[in-house]
Amino acid sequence: MKLSREEVQHIALLARLGLSETEIEKFRIQLSDILEQFEILKQLETTNLPPTAQSIVLQNVLRPDEAKPSYPVKDIMDNAPQQEGNCFKTRAVLE
Amino acid sequence: MNDLHQLTISQAHQLLKEKRTSSVELTKAILARLAKVEDKVHACITITEAAALEQAKEADKSISSGKIKPLTGIPALIKDVMCTNGIKTTCSSKILENFVPPYDATVIEKLKAAKVVILGKTNMDEFAMGSSTENSAFFPTRNPWDLDRVPGGSSGGSAVAVATDEAIYALGSDTGGSIRQPAGFCSVVGLKPTYGRVSRFGLVAFASSLDQIGPITKNAADCALVLNVIAGHDPRDSTSAPYPVPDFTKSLIPDLKNLRLGIPKEYFVEGIQKEVRASIETAINKLEELGAKVDRDASLPLTKYALAVYYILAPSEASANLARYDGVKYGFSYQDTNNMWEAMEKTKQFGFGAEVKRRIMLGTYALSAGYYDAYYLKAQKVRTLIRREFDQAFEKYDALVTPTSPTVPFKLGEKVDDPVQMYLSDVCTLPINIAGLPAISVPAGFADGLPIGMQIIGKPFDEETILRIAFAYEQATDWHKRKPPI
Repeated sequence: MKLSREEVQHIALLARLGLSETEIEKFRIQLSDILEQFEILKQLETTNLPPTAQSIVLQNVLRPDEAKPSYPVKDIMDNAPQQEGNCFKTRAVLE
Repeated sequence: MNDLHQLTISQAHQLLKEKRTSSVELTKAILARLAKVEDKVHACITITEAAALEQAKEADKSISSGKIKPLTGIPALIKDVMCTNGIKTTCSSKILENFVPPYDATVIEKLKAAKVVILGKTNMDEFAMGSSTENSAFFPTRNPWDLDRVPGGSSGGSAVAVATDEAIYALGSDTGGSIRQPAGFCSVVGLKPTYGRVSRFGLVAFASSLDQIGPITKNAADCALVLNVIAGHDPRDSTSAPYPVPDFTKSLIPDLKNLRLGIPKEYFVEGIQKEVRASIETAINKLEELGAKVDRDASLPLTKYALAVYYILAPSEASANLARYDGVKYGFSYQDTNNMWEAMEKTKQFGFGAEVKRRIMLGTYALSAGYYDAYYLKAQKVRTLIRREFDQAFEKYDALVTPTSPTVPFKLGEKVDDPVQMYLSDVCTLPINIAGLPAISVPAGFADGLPIGMQIIGKPFDEETILRIAFAYEQATDWHKRKPPI
């Protein structure tokens, strides 16, 4: 499975991950190599098997909906790259 | 008496209980040791000296009022992937370089409740992605047995700290071998508990269905003591198992009578170094002498598919988990643009290192339209087969024994540019995470002065049996007592 340059750029766009020209070429080769390792799975017949998402048999874990104090707003906002009042400041989504 | 920094947890506890030393004295001895060796090995990212001495004073107060638990007053280091309230938690990533969590991970709360002394945070591969600690955005950690070699990863800092007596014990996290492989590479004991045994609340997520926190210690008895404290159900982690937690120290019996051990032959082929094979075979003979019934013809034919399954599932989960680092709420944020999408793309471009980007790309690809069924769903189905194969093996055996890694520690730089070779160094450990099983790595020999680890794999929620085997093996050998030449 050889990836094209356009495919690498398309995946990067889906992940919203910026890549330099050098990275695009490096990942094109490396990801192609890694994907080749995955071919081995085709040897196994799995049509009627259920998938396993995680390894313990817990389902629909619920807890009582009880009000509790939140973390201190100041501690949370201290990590904000940009803020205005007690709000995270972001760029406009629609321009 | 050993120097204070060389003590195990049980030895330190005894001295503290008998008031032959204090937590402050012990903490100062460890900090002095840290100051002496840290420049050579670079195991730590953050050292919280003042806070540690404060916690030691508190522990001493508690001890003098007669309140002492097995970990009280004993200094530990924490892998920098677990949130510590008010103390930077970086995941060895530029993107979290200045992140200060407003809360403690559950394991940290539990350690604090036991009045442990927390010395600081250890280096790791960025976001726990890697097998050598070279993927740290800050600096690589070095193997104390040979400073030109890697300590393994991703919990390399924690393993090195325990090996060099910079801490009495440490916590690591393990997604595909990240506790066991560095423990093996540094000749210390590392336990990955069953998935669900220890709460993941406050553990920065890499691959949520595989991640598990566990202890790195100087011996098996210490491992049991730490697991006693950190294990247990936590309502804040919905995958945490609501099962009772036994007293793991009760499982430390020095004989293996009536235990059935399987040696899966698939773990001894392809690329295994001959000295590793020889050491593990000698160790298995020792287990037999201790009373175990050993089947050397055990077989897990699906082992060869585990690497592909892992490198589809783990990056897929990672690509979803790491989407949150968008530079808005916390972490590194690229500001020099007027466009929201560009800001997000550049934040990730300059915030993440090469391996993290590689896995985000790989995971995004495996989850993308047109490829989901062929990669992600397929891997989840093969995961079912692998789990079933282990279940069947455990009808015949109480535990399985393998090398922890196919080779001794490799040189820094040797595999950095060859991801496939780097991934192969986890070939013995990652099937265990896929199946969610507990496994421990114990020191089992050396080749030219470089450590070899033996992995013991147990049934789900049966950490007791693997601790018993580790303990019995230790009683009959002294590999775990050797100290690196540093």
